[in-house]
Amino acid sequence: MPDYILEMRNITKTFPGVKALDNVNLKVEKGEIHALVGENGAGKSTLMKVLSGVYPSGSYEGSIYFEGEECHFKDIKQSEQIGIVIIHQELALSPFLSIAENIFLGNERQSNSIINWPDTFLEARKLLEQVGLKESPNTAVMDIGVGKQQLVEIAKALSKNVKLLILDEPTAALNETDSENLLKLLLELKKQGITSILISHKLNEVSSISDNITILRDGQTIETFEAKGGKATEERIIKGMVGRELTSRYPERVPNIGEKIFEIENWNVYHPLQRDRKVIDNVNIHIRRGEIVGLAGLMGAGRTELAMSIFGKTYGKKITGLLYKNGEEIQTNTVSEAIEHGIAYVSEDRKTYGLNLIDDIKRNITLSNLKRVSKNSVIDENEEFREAQLLRERLNIKTPTLAQLAGNLSGGNQQKIVLSKWIFTEPDILILDEPTRGIDVGAKFEIYSLIHELAAEGMGVLVISSELPEVLGLSDRIYVMNEGRITGELDRAEANQESVMRYMTGAGGTKRANTN
Amino acid sequence: MQTLTNLFRNNIREYGMIIALVFIAGLFWILTDGISFSSLNLTNLILQNGFILVLAIGMVLVIITGHIDLSVGSVVAIVGAIAGVMMINHNVPVWLAIILSLVVGAVIGVWQGFWIAYMGLPSFIVTLASMLIFRGLTLYLLDGKSLAPFPDSFGMLSGGFLPAIGSGELHLLTIILSITLSLILIYMEFKNRKDQLSYSQEVSPLWLPLTKLALLVVVINWFAYQLALNKGIPTVLIIVIILIVIYTFIMKNTIMGRHIYATGGNKKAADLSGVKTKRVVFWVFVNNGIIAALAGLMFASRLNSATPAAGNMLELDAIASVFIGGASMAGGVGTVIGAIVGGLVMGIMNNGMSLIGVGIDWQQAIKGLVLLLAVGFDIYNKNRAGK
Repeated sequence: MPDYILEMRNITKTFPGVKALDNVNLKVEKGEIHALVGENGAGKSTLMKVLSGVYPSGSYEGSIYFEGEECHFKDIKQSEQIGIVIIHQELALSPFLSIAENIFLGNERQSNSIINWPDTFLEARKLLEQVGLKESPNTAVMDIGVGKQQLVEIAKALSKNVKLLILDEPTAALNETDSENLLKLLLELKKQGITSILISHKLNEVSSISDNITILRDGQTIETFEAKGGKATEERIIKGMVGRELTSRYPERVPNIGEKIFEIENWNVYHPLQRDRKVIDNVNIHIRRGEIVGLAGLMGAGRTELAMSIFGKTYGKKITGLLYKNGEEIQTNTVSEAIEHGIAYVSEDRKTYGLNLIDDIKRNITLSNLKRVSKNSVIDENEEFREAQLLRERLNIKTPTLAQLAGNLSGGNQQKIVLSKWIFTEPDILILDEPTRGIDVGAKFEIYSLIHELAAEGMGVLVISSELPEVLGLSDRIYVMNEGRITGELDRAEANQESVMRYMTGAGGTKRANTN
Repeated sequence: MQTLTNLFRNNIREYGMIIALVFIAGLFWILTDGISFSSLNLTNLILQNGFILVLAIGMVLVIITGHIDLSVGSVVAIVGAIAGVMMINHNVPVWLAIILSLVVGAVIGVWQGFWIAYMGLPSFIVTLASMLIFRGLTLYLLDGKSLAPFPDSFGMLSGGFLPAIGSGELHLLTIILSITLSLILIYMEFKNRKDQLSYSQEVSPLWLPLTKLALLVVVINWFAYQLALNKGIPTVLIIVIILIVIYTFIMKNTIMGRHIYATGGNKKAADLSGVKTKRVVFWVFVNNGIIAALAGLMFASRLNSATPAAGNMLELDAIASVFIGGASMAGGVGTVIGAIVGGLVMGIMNNGMSLIGVGIDWQQAIKGLVLLLAVGFDIYNKNRAGK
């Protein structure tokens, strides 16, 4: 009988309308590295939030046993007290404070609320040695790279006498050398008796260092299997991750694909802050008239960055490459230029980037193309009402009046407003970024039907989605991205969950479509 | 009845401030035995508060974009000083001096807009700096002393009245204008309604606009009648009304106005919708510079001198007016009419409290409390609506 440090039994967590976790079981042995894998939205992060007390005891069903005792965490502080520390993908460091200050933030070396600086530096130096970081504890965190910041986070965890260390995508933002160092450190910590849970999309890492792997899919535990010594191949993991039936249905459609309408050539984009980090690496893609093209990839693959860099250079620095529309080169240096060239981008985060929540539906719909309902810069409000009303009917936006504030509507209806807004600009190329995120099944079907309709009218549609079934169900052709590169181009016939996942995780090399 | 309460609840922001205005007006009517609504005092009320209303119109645009302008009081001072130096020391013709002063205001706006919109500095800091800079420059320009008097024709800007026609006791032109205005309002309301119906839009039940119109027409004509009993419509009121009409139109009916609301409501979304938010913010500050310059000219004309202390704390009156008028600190919300109503609340309080002999000490404290309560009420409503 193995010695479990952590057992999570029958964890169920529901959000309004969504079952995020459904009877999940997770058993972690003492002293192992346990990998937790699954697609985006499979429930990994939710499970870890339950474990660390972000979702307090009582807000979920099921029980948690740590070192044999049942735990009811009310907040993160309680879980940290008994030695569970989580390091999130977005690092929780204060950039202007020094390494030492960050390590002991909220846990200061002190007597009577007065900080003991000599002790702080002494302890910090010891911890830095333990994680193998050769920096002075006095250095400000903003002055060191992401890889080193990750180590500071781990040092911070160690300062809290961590027994179970949870790392959420620790290597997502790291380059290869830093990633390797980090993985070595995990093995080192394992020798010192620290148990780790590793959440990662990089399957090669997972298969090389973990002892056991648990796979989550659609909020359920699929399986846990041994992976010691590379027993679990990437193929084996992928099969576990995607082996499901298509749950949501897609409307029927006969594509009518015409000539190339939009082409991106040798597109390169650098990170806006980290000047030497290439986010998009020599991307070449094209879209045809009436075609729905899927863009698949894991979080951080660069899909949104690609879309936004095309759409008025709203993301990135040092953007190079060429854009062609109907064979002619075009420039899209500002959003209005992009709109004038018939490009529309429906962002993945409708509340932050899509809508003015404190304004009404009508005004949200017309904002991007007010010229269409105005003469000499004066808006004809009646004409505006008529146009908005037409779109409201076409997209079946459920609201008593167009004067309703966008912020008062459900997610599905908000998404329909954003879509209306971009349809109102009469685009030729429609880029949809996660068009059905956080939307119920009924509204999803309506949006899929609409996408079909728009393609049938002759638009070229690019759909970015993290839901593989959605990409497969909608697209005539699929591009797969990994770490800023296009790693695969698949036709509808040859695309399936396994093949796409292989390119997404970078396990499949690079491939071009057979037909072009 | 159900619909009436609903109607009220949905528009509480708008109606709330009008109710506050009516309440405060009624309070001072009683406290001053009706003096505050005598025809003489109504004229005074407008003459005293005209420049605050003008400032409030410029300020509401700034606040809708999600910014603030602390410098308008100092801009009032320096524009007054420059106008004084030009007209009094250098005998520049009045019309030319007025134009040049407005240009100075625009240049000041360009300066602020550059730092705020294109350099990304917080407007609070930039305009705080400007507040000090322009106050200092005013002191330097005037050498710490007042300049007076201005040429007589310049006085028209703040003390002038519409010319009289006929010879009766009553100022006929005023009555004619107010009746014309009433007719225009009635015509526009019904034309709008007809247009909306022809586009099969939902319209409110007929009695509602009728009641609103009736009240409005009664108030306007009563007010005009009172002014007509005195000297008629002051130039200041004409300026304010023209500005109200222009800016209400811009904010309600033009693309620029939409872009201003969109920028304040959600800047990121506006950017991604093709709104050039930097340009919007820049022009809003240029506009506010011109408006502040106009207020500065009106202020100098009223005092008939350019003084180093001119416009001290005026920015706070303007900002308070805008917030009392229902604008939101976070941007995206507010109306020109709201700012005017807020300005009138401040004005009636200033004027009424002076009439009943409240000292400047308590006047300040009470105005502060009213601002706090007005915004508190607004936030309370928003929270309740959010639930």
